[in-house]
Amino acid sequence: MNKTKSSSMITNLPYIVWSIIFIIAPLIMVAYYAFTDRDANFTLSNIKLLWSGHYPEIFGISILFAVIATAVCFIISYPLALVMVKSSNKVQRNVMLLVMVPMWMNFLIRTYSWRNILSDNGIINTFLESIGIGKLELTGTAGAVIFGMVYNFLPYMILPIYSVMSKLDVKYVEAAEDLGATKIQVLLRVIFPLSLPGVISGITMVFVPSVSTFYISQKLGEGKFMLIGDSIELQFQQANNYNLGASLSLVLMVLIIISMLIMNKFSDDEGAVII
Amino acid sequence: MKITSKLYMALVMIFLYAPIVVMIIFSFNSGKSTAVFTGFSTKWYAELANDSATLEALKNTIVLAICSSVISVIIGTVAAIGIYKLKMKWLKTTILSVTNIPMINPEIVTGVSMMLLFVFIGKLVNVQDVLGFNTLLIAHITFNLPYVILSVLPVLKQTDPHIPEAAQDLGCTPVQAFFKVTLPSIRPGIITGFLMAFTLSLDDFIISYFSSGPEFQTLPIKIFSMTKKHVKPDLYALSTLIFVAILVLLLIINFSQSKAENKNKRNMKG
Repeated sequence: MNKTKSSSMITNLPYIVWSIIFIIAPLIMVAYYAFTDRDANFTLSNIKLLWSGHYPEIFGISILFAVIATAVCFIISYPLALVMVKSSNKVQRNVMLLVMVPMWMNFLIRTYSWRNILSDNGIINTFLESIGIGKLELTGTAGAVIFGMVYNFLPYMILPIYSVMSKLDVKYVEAAEDLGATKIQVLLRVIFPLSLPGVISGITMVFVPSVSTFYISQKLGEGKFMLIGDSIELQFQQANNYNLGASLSLVLMVLIIISMLIMNKFSDDEGAVII
Repeated sequence: MKITSKLYMALVMIFLYAPIVVMIIFSFNSGKSTAVFTGFSTKWYAELANDSATLEALKNTIVLAICSSVISVIIGTVAAIGIYKLKMKWLKTTILSVTNIPMINPEIVTGVSMMLLFVFIGKLVNVQDVLGFNTLLIAHITFNLPYVILSVLPVLKQTDPHIPEAAQDLGCTPVQAFFKVTLPSIRPGIITGFLMAFTLSLDDFIISYFSSGPEFQTLPIKIFSMTKKHVKPDLYALSTLIFVAILVLLLIINFSQSKAENKNKRNMKG
């Protein structure tokens, strides 16, 4: 008995030590820097600063953009997953492959390429001008930033919804149809509740990177929209105010934990409804 | 119905591939512009072959990806076995929750938190410019580990725990039993974990951006600094080459999978 216990400790110890030093300690560092000033004295001023100036607006815009991007991703992905599971195995496999390939390409290049398509001197505007319509302002708008988020994180919504739906037992759908449910009733009261775990994980996987992004807003928003990620990057890479940057990161983390708790609560309630 | 659903799939694919197609087309542009196509040329590919800074960054990226994925596979596999064998439930739950942290946390927070730790330690031991290859390697191993552990653990759960025990009863030492029995049976999980770690490491920008120094740049960091200025088509040429490499790799995997599937079907019928 003692022997198995010690051997299990030997296999566990390296990882436990690693995660204490490189997962937990860094998070403590974030809190430490957030609550101290440059001379390492305790202070609340970094946190208080976030409730003044343009910071409330930055948080508001970041959350708003991320919510809209997540909603748009859902609206695009759900019908796609529905259409996919009805197709042949071969089509399903090929579409999955096609959805995954862009994820392997660096997102910086893909986002930059969109900027090339949409910017004032980009492909669309060069074409519009040559046929005499004139330029449209496509980049530097809120729409362009949200567009970039949807583009970059769409696969994270498609994949979990599709994988849950492809494992869904067709018998439930057939039973509902036999009992006289219309197609819409089947969708809303059978397929949707059963696919909810995929939807929930899709929402988290799109919302978290959207609310914390910094590159997309800089390239497609032309720097007109400051998001949480942009202000964190600014403090760490240019302003060198690690304390303020840490307090921003801490608030971002708390924000995400709260939204995940809300999501979990929501999914539990829905689970109860199904039963 | 059939046509509308095909049309819908096609529309989503156009959306996903438009920037990639544009990138490929303009990598063959004879002019410097990335918006007006003036003629076909392969000069940007030739220029790329002579761009030592970009090639250096490419080499760095591959070295880092190999080192970090090999180390994280070793630590992660050992950890997965440890977690699997662990009897104390509270400790097991705690370890698994901590493992989830790097996957749930936004990448920017992981990057920043690592940077703060490194800077703090640097101050303690009075070393300036702590950020470099070592810190980058630590950061990559840390974000790779959860993916390795979560690939190996489910495979471990499916294996029969009595077989390694039987091997030991038949005279194997625990180490022999591990290498001859346990390891071969969890190989698929280890390979999946390795591939995930390798590709995540290759592609990572955000965490690397905060945990690297000026001496050791990876390709995504180089691309980031290139896109701050005006991009020349040589970056597009590089991306096109990467895209082709990925596509070929995935097609091979996909082809071998469908072949295996057909074989299974035939066997089942027979």
